[in-house]
Amino acid sequence: MTQKLTRPELVCPAGTPAALRTAVDAGADAVYCGFQNATNARNFPGLNFTYDEMESSIAYAHERGTKVLLATNTFPPAGKFDLWKQAVDMGAKFGIDAFIVADIGVAHYVAQRHPDVRLHLSVQAAASSVEAINYYCREFGVARVVLPRILTVKEIKEIKNDIPCEIETFIFGNHGLMVEGRCSLTNYITGLSTNMDGVCSPAGQVKYEEDSKGNMFTKLNDFTIDCFSCGENAGYPTICKGRYLAEPRKDEPYYAFEEPISLNLSSLLPDLMAVGVSALKIEGRQRSRAYVQKVVSSFSRAIDDIIAGQNPDIPSLIALTEGHKETQGAFKSKTWR
Amino acid sequence: MSAKLTIAPILFHWPEDQKLDFYARIADEAAVDTVYLGEVICSKRTPFFENHYDEVATRLKKAGKTVVFSTLSEVMIKRDRKIVEGFCELVDSGEEIEVNDASALWHISGKPHRLGSLMNVYNEETLKYLVSKGATHISLPAELPRQSIKHMCKEAANLNVPVEVQIFGRMSLALSARCYHARAHGRIKDNCQFVCEEDPDGMDLKTLTGNPFLSINGIQTLSNNYLNLAGEVHDMVDMGVTHLRISPHTNDMVETMRAFDALIKKEIDAEEAIARIKQSGIVAPFANGFYHGQAGYKWAS
Repeated sequence: MTQKLTRPELVCPAGTPAALRTAVDAGADAVYCGFQNATNARNFPGLNFTYDEMESSIAYAHERGTKVLLATNTFPPAGKFDLWKQAVDMGAKFGIDAFIVADIGVAHYVAQRHPDVRLHLSVQAAASSVEAINYYCREFGVARVVLPRILTVKEIKEIKNDIPCEIETFIFGNHGLMVEGRCSLTNYITGLSTNMDGVCSPAGQVKYEEDSKGNMFTKLNDFTIDCFSCGENAGYPTICKGRYLAEPRKDEPYYAFEEPISLNLSSLLPDLMAVGVSALKIEGRQRSRAYVQKVVSSFSRAIDDIIAGQNPDIPSLIALTEGHKETQGAFKSKTWR
Repeated sequence: MSAKLTIAPILFHWPEDQKLDFYARIADEAAVDTVYLGEVICSKRTPFFENHYDEVATRLKKAGKTVVFSTLSEVMIKRDRKIVEGFCELVDSGEEIEVNDASALWHISGKPHRLGSLMNVYNEETLKYLVSKGATHISLPAELPRQSIKHMCKEAANLNVPVEVQIFGRMSLALSARCYHARAHGRIKDNCQFVCEEDPDGMDLKTLTGNPFLSINGIQTLSNNYLNLAGEVHDMVDMGVTHLRISPHTNDMVETMRAFDALIKKEIDAEEAIARIKQSGIVAPFANGFYHGQAGYKWAS
């Protein structure tokens, strides 16, 4: 590679203060996290930070030169906006390095009230074109856009040339099939909303039911999402990773949206860096410290190798992936669509 | 207080003759105030009907309908971007535009425009901001519960902005970059051969136990159950909802609109309206769960 590369920021998940410390120690340039309420898109039981935990965690990260990005990236339903204002104000008070937002009202509030704090546009805002990104930059001074996981590397390059802000892309973790911020599937069958409550396929409504033949049905509320015969590992019932029946498939079960699979762009890292992606994001605030440690340290080393002009040596991360399968999703080729 | 009926853009890939017949009937027979035109789901379908918009719009306007052009909801590639830009330019020749994504806002901000239900306008602060930039009308997201609709109506009244809520038809639940119609047929989006045309109300997706679940429309995933807010119409009008939106399907839409119109005018009650709409040719169950803050597929009577 002859081109001079700039080292991108490695942005890592932190679902708990312990995971945050693990990510910082493993070489994260930045960590992202949220408060324990509906203001962030991973509002899962047992995850996220109290105000006190956020304050001390930011101190821990800053002492070690790591940035902390606050996800306030859900859509406040009318009548409940104050909770989001409070989350933003507390984040600013604790010295957060950037807000990650999706809602136009929240973006406007941050831009007005905390103009000195960087604003990142969440993947939940689904800004997938030059014009959409430029709109958020013009209106709210967005400094970085987190791109939806639906574009090829070539398309990312074209966008990069025509926008005034930095680009962050996901490189590893959950591979959501629907455009984020535009999915109400969970609300349709559970009554809890991904956009408004920060919930996706909530564990509280998951059921595993075995029939007399030993088949294991995984259900979300009253709907069967998949079925596993004896010997198969029953996966978690995420709606867009389930098997269904449709007439063109002659009612043979098939993954109508996508199979249980994780995004892993380790082999595309040099390409992403070459097109000028400023930050590489690892998904998984709901994942364990062991996951965070292994994934963060592996990618941190890989980035160093690429910068040094060497081939990155990334140990197989497949054991950590969903369904133990990995994909390059939309990034490699348009044929994914 | 009363409310006006509107017709949402046709979400499905109907053949051009079917669309022309549909709009002819709307112009001649339907008790609706406003008709939204445009392909909001897939830009690949656009060439099939774009030459007809002028004549359809003219005919509808002659029949006294307000015509609004609705923009594409997922904008990604060059073709999508050009189409959105083209639609947004129509505002300069006096047409009304409904925007469904932020790329349209880039073009139209500062000029009058409507906010579509596929825009994520969930709260008063977002509404206030967008109205300050030219928004004149808001169509609320499908999953917004009654309590939030009420707050939105209050703010919209302060801003003098009409509020629209979908009351009939399958609910849009998700958009993706991947075409699930093509996938069901073992194809990809680029060589889809427009198989979505085979399913004028969406392709049924059932659970493994045979339970009707979702409905596929290209890159869009819809509910299996049909939204029907006949029982909630008067409550909404009392809260300040000004426009009630009907999403087109292949059942008898003129009869569906007549039933809602009679309901709004209190000539019939909700029970009768629901029965008449059911008889107009709908096989799937009705749902109103989102309105009541419950799972969207549910029917709370």
